[in-house]
Amino acid sequence: MPIELVANVTLAGLLTGLVYGLMALGLSVIFGVVRVVNFAHGEMMTIAMYAAVVLFAAFRLDPFVALFPVAAAFFVFGYVLQAGLINPFITRPEHTQFMLVLAVAIIMVNGLLMAFGPDARNIPVDYALDSFIVGPLLLDTVRVYAALAAVAIAGGLFLFFKFTGTGRAIRACADNYLGAKVVGLNVKKYYALTFGIGSACVGAAGCLMVLLVDVTPLLGPGYTLLAFIIVIVGGLGSMPGALLGGVLIGVSEALAGLFFSPSAKSMFSFALLILVLLFRPQGLLGKRP
Amino acid sequence: MARTHQPISAYDTLQATDVGRRRFIAGLGASAAIVSSGSLMRPAWGQATLNVGVLLPTSGTQAFIGQSCKLGADIAPSVLPGLGYGLPIRLMHADTETNVDVARSRAERLINEGAHVLVGAFDSGASAAIAQVCEQKGVPFIINIAAAPQLTEQGYKFTFRNFPTAIDLVRNGLALIGDIFRATNTVPRTAVFMHVNDTFGQAMAKGIGAILPRLDFLPFKVIETISYDPAAKDLSVEVSKAKATNADFLMFVCRLNDAILVRREMVKQRWNPMGIIGPGNPGMYEAQYYAALGKLSEYSISNVPWYNPKAPLTHAIDRAFSKAYPKEKLMFHALNVGFTVEAIMIAADAYKRAKATDGKALAEAIRQTNMSSRMMIGGPIKFNAKGQVEGIQSACIQNLNMRPTVVLPAASAQAKLVFPVPGYKKA
Repeated sequence: MPIELVANVTLAGLLTGLVYGLMALGLSVIFGVVRVVNFAHGEMMTIAMYAAVVLFAAFRLDPFVALFPVAAAFFVFGYVLQAGLINPFITRPEHTQFMLVLAVAIIMVNGLLMAFGPDARNIPVDYALDSFIVGPLLLDTVRVYAALAAVAIAGGLFLFFKFTGTGRAIRACADNYLGAKVVGLNVKKYYALTFGIGSACVGAAGCLMVLLVDVTPLLGPGYTLLAFIIVIVGGLGSMPGALLGGVLIGVSEALAGLFFSPSAKSMFSFALLILVLLFRPQGLLGKRP
Repeated sequence: MARTHQPISAYDTLQATDVGRRRFIAGLGASAAIVSSGSLMRPAWGQATLNVGVLLPTSGTQAFIGQSCKLGADIAPSVLPGLGYGLPIRLMHADTETNVDVARSRAERLINEGAHVLVGAFDSGASAAIAQVCEQKGVPFIINIAAAPQLTEQGYKFTFRNFPTAIDLVRNGLALIGDIFRATNTVPRTAVFMHVNDTFGQAMAKGIGAILPRLDFLPFKVIETISYDPAAKDLSVEVSKAKATNADFLMFVCRLNDAILVRREMVKQRWNPMGIIGPGNPGMYEAQYYAALGKLSEYSISNVPWYNPKAPLTHAIDRAFSKAYPKEKLMFHALNVGFTVEAIMIAADAYKRAKATDGKALAEAIRQTNMSSRMMIGGPIKFNAKGQVEGIQSACIQNLNMRPTVVLPAASAQAKLVFPVPGYKKA
């Protein structure tokens, strides 16, 4: 097998994996702090993808530009969702949280079906079919741009949590709920803020993902599952872990398709998940409980 | 003097009789008016409406093609009276959601709701599930489009297919590939074969594997076979593998969404083989392929059953189609619409002869079908002992100037075949 083929496929998997990582980052942030498993994660990303499609159709807004208003809108949406709907369920049994979020996901999918119909849509930007040639490597232009944007957003988020007062407060709430309350932090407010930030990540990821795949209303559940795999592999609550998990899944899928069978891509993602659960259940970069 | 009972005179009797007769005649006239008041004169046996359940994938990965078929189903009731099938027909639609289990449950539901015959389902996997249900319930199932050979090889008594099997598609498709090379004086030596990994794709792959080695007149060998998930969102790895083979041309058994993905990926990866040839599959002649790809859709070739533009039924369907869907053009939906209308026409024809909606009677009538008036190229619609119509021909359709154009056989060609395609460059 030519080495250029392996290199091209690996690189494509890596670039896609970075966008996967951004998608999963939102889930990791939400779970890491609020301890709510967002089973509507993929569906939220699908809504973001449709938002990008609508903005392009109406205003010819490039998804890299639409990313900002969509992320802002998702921040507000996530904040309101957490404060208004999810907050009362924080202290309730986990299965009720699960049912609540699942119900929200089903409403989202059917709402999208009613609004947009079942047909696949995409964004035909001018550079959609371009590619960079670097020696023997052929790099898909949109994939490169999307991956760079994903890294930039993840980097910005990391800096926010590390160096800003709000970010430190959110980390405090995640590390010690009671302690945070004792020192006077408004934990409910920070939970809602965190959900908003996680949702903004999902919104941004959706704007990038729509450049890579065509969107249909039924896309959500598959990406929810993928996000969970990535977050569990990388480590629940670990931001670098989410990116690493995304890259691992992206590359493993690509190489599995190359060396074994394209139909077996998902099999290798799940195999990786099982290995991690067996030998490092906290995830590759997660902390032991 | 007390009045005694007077005998009724003959006149009185006659008067009474006349009144009675007048009333009778008036009643008869009223009955005749009522009976003939409908727009159609319904024979006494045809009082019942024939409920035709139409199962198609109007959502999911095959939504575009399913919706294209539905355009045909919806105009069928307006076309049939002009063909002599002025019978009460009610269509009952159900969406299979491109999912075999959903197809099965929707078929059961339609039958429970009173469907006398089912038509569908475009997809081989879904059709197989529906065929099982129909066999259990004793309800005829007329397949509009589905090629897996096993659908009419299992001995089912209630399944009928007016579409070629995968074997026939492959045989006709490969023969046309030979015609392509002869017509253009080209001798490609290698092909890479990509195929969708569902019931249909596997049946086609099996057929090609069995038939191709026996065809000495074809100069090429398949150097790699690459299968992929029909619901895949990203086919970059598959296209990379195909490009790396350095094959002369791409033989491609696909659906619609994956055809669009692969074509886009070929452009991104700068892979320009001599051509893309579908040996008997949907996708590259569909309206959405042109809409999604624009100029990139040019020169793709599909060797598929096609419609006869000169057939009277084609004209009738075209008129109804243009009236119902003024923004659409029949040529982009002809295959899907043609086979779907023909399937409903078969049901109507059988009902007309059976004079009953009973499943067994309808099935027996369908078995005796012999219809020469059809839209699709081929012999009469006549089922063999297995419930299969034989003799449906394929044509070589190339995308030229953003429309599906017959380029072979030469006698029916609308334009000159282009092969190898412009910009052809070895990888």
